[in-house]
Amino acid sequence: MELDARIPSGPIEQKWVARRSELRLVSPGNKRKYRVIIVGTGLAGSSAAATLAQLGYDVHAFCYNDSPRRAHSIAAQGGINAAKNYQNDGDTVFRLFHDTIKGGDFRSREANVYRLAELSMAIIDQCVALGVPFAREYSGYLANRSFGGAQVSRTFYAHGQTGQQLLLATYSSLCHQAALGQVKLYPRREMLDLVVVEGRARGIVVRDMVGGEITSHPADAVVLATGGYGNVFFLSTNSKGGNVTATWRACRRGAFFANPCFTQVHPTCIPAAGDQQSKLTLMSESLRNDGRIWVPLKKGDTRRPSEIPEAERDYYLERKFPAYANLAPRDLSSRAAKEVCDEGRGVGPSGRGVYLDLADAIRRLGVDVIRERYGNLFEMYERITGADPCREPMCIYPAVHYTMGGLWVDYHLMSNVPGLYVIGEANFSDHGANRLGASAMMQALADGYFILPYTISDYLARVSPADRLPADHAAFRDAENEARARLQRLLAVNGRRTVDAFHRELGKLLWDQCGMSRNARGLRAALDRIPALREEFWQDVRVTGRSDDFNQTLEKAARVADFLEFAELMVYDALMREESCGVHFREEHQTAEGEAVRDDEHFAYVAAWEFAGEDRPPVLHREPLTFETVQPSKRSYT
Amino acid sequence: MNFTLRIWRQAASDTRGGFVTYAVEGVSPDISFLEMLDLLNDRLVLRGEDAIAFDHDCREGICGSCGFMVNGTAHGPLRRTTVCQSYMRHFRDGDTLVIEPFRSKAFPVIKDLVVDRSSFDGIMQAGGYISVRTGSAPEAHSILVPKLAADRAMDAAACIGCGACVGACPNASAMLFTAAKVSHLALLPQGQPERRQRVLRMVAAMEKLGFGACSNHGECEAVCPKGIGLEFIALLNRDYVRAGVTERVRPIESV
Repeated sequence: MELDARIPSGPIEQKWVARRSELRLVSPGNKRKYRVIIVGTGLAGSSAAATLAQLGYDVHAFCYNDSPRRAHSIAAQGGINAAKNYQNDGDTVFRLFHDTIKGGDFRSREANVYRLAELSMAIIDQCVALGVPFAREYSGYLANRSFGGAQVSRTFYAHGQTGQQLLLATYSSLCHQAALGQVKLYPRREMLDLVVVEGRARGIVVRDMVGGEITSHPADAVVLATGGYGNVFFLSTNSKGGNVTATWRACRRGAFFANPCFTQVHPTCIPAAGDQQSKLTLMSESLRNDGRIWVPLKKGDTRRPSEIPEAERDYYLERKFPAYANLAPRDLSSRAAKEVCDEGRGVGPSGRGVYLDLADAIRRLGVDVIRERYGNLFEMYERITGADPCREPMCIYPAVHYTMGGLWVDYHLMSNVPGLYVIGEANFSDHGANRLGASAMMQALADGYFILPYTISDYLARVSPADRLPADHAAFRDAENEARARLQRLLAVNGRRTVDAFHRELGKLLWDQCGMSRNARGLRAALDRIPALREEFWQDVRVTGRSDDFNQTLEKAARVADFLEFAELMVYDALMREESCGVHFREEHQTAEGEAVRDDEHFAYVAAWEFAGEDRPPVLHREPLTFETVQPSKRSYT
Repeated sequence: MNFTLRIWRQAASDTRGGFVTYAVEGVSPDISFLEMLDLLNDRLVLRGEDAIAFDHDCREGICGSCGFMVNGTAHGPLRRTTVCQSYMRHFRDGDTLVIEPFRSKAFPVIKDLVVDRSSFDGIMQAGGYISVRTGSAPEAHSILVPKLAADRAMDAAACIGCGACVGACPNASAMLFTAAKVSHLALLPQGQPERRQRVLRMVAAMEKLGFGACSNHGECEAVCPKGIGLEFIALLNRDYVRAGVTERVRPIESV
C-alpha cells in the first residue's frame, strides 16, 4: 500500500500557509451538525476539544481519569520551546526546526517539523492569554532557560510545573466549553475499541469505569489523543494508568503503527530501588542547566562523593560533547550514563547511577538562587530518596519517559484510516528517533490548537452528518460484544499470578532486550518469549471482582493484555531497523569507538506496521523520508 | 517493616461500608504508601478477594488523583506531601494506620477509598477560566506581568485539585480550592476583565454543589500538599464582597 503523507509542494516556509488556504471549510451553521469524538484530555486532547468546540462542532471528550485535569501532561516539568528569540541569542524558526530534526537523527518529516517550529510562537501567546503564570523577569517580561540539544535559550517555564500550568490552562478552556454545552465530557471512561465501517472511522466503544457498562459512541470523526505507550516497560516515568489500548485497538482495526521501537529513555531520573517499586520519577532536564554530571574515574570507587577529589572525577558529558556539555541530547546522555555504569563506574546502592552535582552552581550563585530555580524538584527528590541535593550530589539514572513512535499520520494528522486523527504523543509525527527536551508540549499544543482544527474540517466537509451510524448498528454491537467477551475471559482465567507479575516480567524483558541498547540475538529471544508470556498470561493470570463494577484489577489486566500484544510489534520494528539512529542503538551498527552508525541509504524511512492478524507477523510499509531543506549529516555535538 | 491497616471498605455508593483490618508484612521502607497498598492488593487478589480501590495516577504528587485520610489526616502525617509521595520510612515499624476516604456530601464514595470529585469540575466550569478564543491572543510580550504577581499567581495556581482541603474541613467547604483558582486569575492582568463575574459564579457554584461554608478553621491550609495559603481565601472574600456590590451574576457567554 502506498502511504501518501499529503505533504504540500513548494518551499518549506510556504507549505503550511499554502495548505491552509486549500483546506475545505465547514460553514458556521453546519459545524454543530458534526460530532467529533476526542479520546484523551491531556494537552493535545483538551486543546483540540476546546478549540473545536469554540468553532461550533459537537465535541464529545473522553478520559479515563476522574477529571480531564489529571492527564499525564500535568507531570511535565521543565518547559516548552518557542522560537521567540526574546533572548536575542540568534534563535530563528529555522534554527528550532533544524535542532529538532537533527535531534531526531533525521528520522522525521521535514515539513511537519518546520510547521511545528513555525507554530511555536503562537502557542506561547495563547497560553499567556489564558493566564499561564510563566516565569518572569523583574521587568515583567518572560524568562527563558536552556534545554538539551540547543545552544539558545528558548524554553518557557513555570517553576518545575510547566506541564501542570499548561494543562490547567487548556482544561480551563475545556471547562468553559463544557459549561456552554459545546463539549460533553465523559470522565472515567476507557476506550476499548474503534469502529471502522467501509474503511472509515465511525466511532468508539467505551467502558464506564464506575459501573462497568459498555456503550457505543458514533461520530463523524474520531481523534485519538491518548498519549504514549512507555508503560509497556512497567517501570517508567509515565503515570500508572497510561496505556496503549486505544492506539493498539485502532491498529488492530487497520491503522498503521509507525516506528514503535523509538522509545525515549530520559537521562535524569531517580534510580530504581527494589522490586516493590511501581514507577520511576523524573527529575527535570532543566537541572542540567546548573548541574554537572560525573562518575568516579576509577572502577568500584566506594568513597563518598565529597571525598573524591576533582582530579579523580570524570565529567563524561563535558569530555565527550564539549560544545553542548551537560546539555547534550537525551539519547546520547542516557547512553553515556549506561556506558559508564557498564564499565563499573556507576554509583548509588545498585551501581546503576551517576552524580548530578550542583555544587559549582551553588558556589557561583548561592544556595537561594538554586533553591528558587529547582526547589520543588529538590523536595520531591528528598522525599523519595531521603537526601538533600544542596548538600550532596543527586544520584540519577536513565528511565523510560516518552515514545516517539505512535500511529502513523499524514501531514493532516490523519491516520491511514479516513476519519481517524491522532495527535500529541499518540502519533509518530515530529520527533523522529529522539525527542529534544521541552518539545513534547510544543507538539501537543501545536497539534491541538493550530493544526487539527484546520485539517479536520477538510475531512468533515467531504462527509455528511446524515451518514453517521446509529449506536445500535451491527458493527457497534459486534465491537461491544467482543469487548465484553474479552473482559469475561480475563475474569474466568482464575490463575495463580497477578497482573503486575506479568507486567513486570514483560517490562524487564523489553528493558533488557529492547531498551537503551539492542542486538539481533536479544531481540530474537524477546520475539520468542513474548508470545509464550502472552499465552501464560491468558492461562494463569488472576483477576478478581466483576466486570459490571468499579474494578481496577480488571482495567489493569485488559491494558496489560494489550501491552503483551503490542510489545511484539516493538521488537519486530527494532529487529528490522538494521542501523543505529537516535534512541535506537543497535550494537551491530557502531564504530570501533562505540558511536552509532546510521544508514540513510537503506533506512531513511518511516516504518509503518500493519496488523495482519493474531499469530501472524505484522506487515511493513515504508514511507520514504526525503530531505529538501536540510542534508542529513552525522549528528555532532562535540 | 510490618503494618496493621484498618481500611474503609465500601462496595458501592449506595451500600454501607465499614473498616476491615489487614496485616501487611515485609514492606520495604523505600516504597511509597501507595506501593504498600499495591503489595496488599496483590496478596488480596491471590487470595481471591477484591482489591482495595483507590484513585492514583502520576504518583509524583502532581495529578491530584490520590488522596484519603491516614489516621485522621488528609494525605497522612507528612506536611505538604500527597499520600503517593509519602514513603514508608516516614512511618514507624509496627504502626497501625487507619485509612478512609475523604468524607463530604459533595464527594460521594464510589468504592472503598475512591470518591467522586466531579463537583470540583463543576466549580471550574462556573468561571475558572479566561474566555479567550484560540488564535486571538496578542503577542505574549504585549502583556507585562510583574514578577511578584506572576510568582504569587503561581503559588495559587499550584493547586492540584486533590480535595484534601474538603476532606479536612469540618464544614466540608471547598473554599481553599475555589480561592486558589480565583486568586490565580485575579492576580494576573489577563484575569481582570472577568474578575468579578468569576468570583460570583464560582462561589455560587460551590454552594450549589453541596460544599459547606468557610469558618476560617484553617485545617485546609494545614493539609494542603501544595501549601496553598489562607491568604487566598482572604483575597476571594475581598473580591466577592466588592463584586457583590457592583455586579449581579450573568449567564456564561461564549467566546
